[in-house]
Amino acid sequence: MNRSLPDVEPLAAMRASRKARAGLGDRGFRYFMLWPAVLVILLVGLFPIIYTLLVSFQNINMFEEDTSFQGLSNYARLFADRRFFESVGHTLLFMAVALPVELLLGLLLALLLLERLPGKQIFVALLVLPVVISPIVAGATWRLMFDNRFGPVNQIISWFAGEPVTILWVVDPDFVYAAILIAEIWQWTPFMFLLLLAGLTAVDRSLVEAAQIDGAGWFTIVTRVLLPSIKPVLAVALLIRALDLFRLFDVVWALTKGGPGTMTETLSIYAYIQGFRQFETSYTAAMAFVVILFLSLLVMLALRRVEITR
Amino acid sequence: MSRARRIMVLRYLGVAAALLFFLFPIYWLIIISFKTPEEIFAFPPTWWPERLQFGNYRVLFKDGDAWTVWNSLVVASVSTVAAMLLGSMAAYSIARFRTGGDKFAMWIISNRMIPPIAIVFPVFLLYVTLGWVDTFSGLIVLYTAFNLPYVIWMMRGYIQDVPIELEEAALIDGASRWQVFSRIVLPVVRGGMFATAVFTFVFAWNDFIFALVLTRNAVTTFPVQVTHYFGGQSNFWAKIAAMSTLGTVPVFVAVAALQRFLVRGISMGAVKA
Repeated sequence: MNRSLPDVEPLAAMRASRKARAGLGDRGFRYFMLWPAVLVILLVGLFPIIYTLLVSFQNINMFEEDTSFQGLSNYARLFADRRFFESVGHTLLFMAVALPVELLLGLLLALLLLERLPGKQIFVALLVLPVVISPIVAGATWRLMFDNRFGPVNQIISWFAGEPVTILWVVDPDFVYAAILIAEIWQWTPFMFLLLLAGLTAVDRSLVEAAQIDGAGWFTIVTRVLLPSIKPVLAVALLIRALDLFRLFDVVWALTKGGPGTMTETLSIYAYIQGFRQFETSYTAAMAFVVILFLSLLVMLALRRVEITR
Repeated sequence: MSRARRIMVLRYLGVAAALLFFLFPIYWLIIISFKTPEEIFAFPPTWWPERLQFGNYRVLFKDGDAWTVWNSLVVASVSTVAAMLLGSMAAYSIARFRTGGDKFAMWIISNRMIPPIAIVFPVFLLYVTLGWVDTFSGLIVLYTAFNLPYVIWMMRGYIQDVPIELEEAALIDGASRWQVFSRIVLPVVRGGMFATAVFTFVFAWNDFIFALVLTRNAVTTFPVQVTHYFGGQSNFWAKIAAMSTLGTVPVFVAVAALQRFLVRGISMGAVKA
């Protein structure tokens, strides 16, 4: 851990005059620096939790504004709501596919570019471009790509198939998941790649050389030397991506809006529809509160294990 | 061909395939924005248009849709400045005085991990009461709040790396605590500050869900505008492509200038590079 500035010694002698000039004691100063930020953070950190909890016990929707105490009725409804659990299921399904694929492809790319290669810096700079694109734009881009008639994806498949192929990517139940996953993986694999490349570059070269002298092959070096050395980086990368995928919204919204029907509805999309299309205020509040609670627990556990603090 | 050479060729082939996959969609987006309507709706699609033209952009500026990029710029810049100022101050307090202890620092960063939809819903209800829906202030305050945990977390890392002797020396010379912070610490960490600011800016710039919920017509940002071109039956392809390009190219330029901070920025400082 870092050192702290001395509070009393050895600067006690200087203190009185300094204090007079600054008009602030050290104690006052540290809180003066902190409180403006904390106040603003409460808008996203504390207020939503209290407010959703409050509203979730009431019965507010499009037709009535009943603020009387309703007990746990909204929660009871939530746990009986099939569509809610389906949306959780879709979210987890996207996560279950996207996370390992992004990790694997990212790792592969990182290994390709780990050793010296002329042009490497330019390749890395170009490969990470998808990461900084607005996810809604990424979704829009893939909608252009996937268009059944004017998009290049079907055109390319047609070349290989030798006959015209017209897959309705964002409508056909058989392909809609693939379409969303491709867009998602396209945008975020470079993120994994970048983090893993940084982690791998920092691995001590002598470890690899020692393994080579012992006659270890490339695959053994990767699985026995490189991967174990970058465990903390792997954990952080997976944690960040898992949290992002849990809130998956933009790409799906741009491609399918949760359709066809409710087939690709994620948790965030379902909450949005309940809150802002159906105006089920109290019910959405209950959902938001359950999500915040669940995620806070998860994040707390994860942070304790991952130890992001340096 | 020697073994080393063969490996080199294979690696280049792999990199080429990756570049093709990751860059082609971006090329496609940009090239559509310059195509004429006839070429956009040509079948089979044309990969290299005969004639490039700016008509699609001209329409955006003529109809006033391009203003949404200006809205994004205002909202993202102001919230970035606010978050950087408040965040750096708080980070200094946490890094140097360990205010609140480690648990408090953890709480700060955990605020960044709540799904936006769970935040934006109660905030929307609050804003309705305050009359802040569809205002610049409403969006700016929310982006500032949502970005602050990230700024504090990053700046805390950069400030911890500043040799403490610098600050001790300044204190002995009679500088006030505030002077130490603003004249000694901030100039030393300005590189990290700049990088953090760019990521904060890019987040607000790219955000969709907050802007979707909290804006109507007055402060529509460019990602929301892009989705307005999705029709039920037909999409306004030229506008989607031109608007997206307009909002994406500035980010590419900003990030290209920041290569060396990229890893630390997107990994929330977990990987130092």
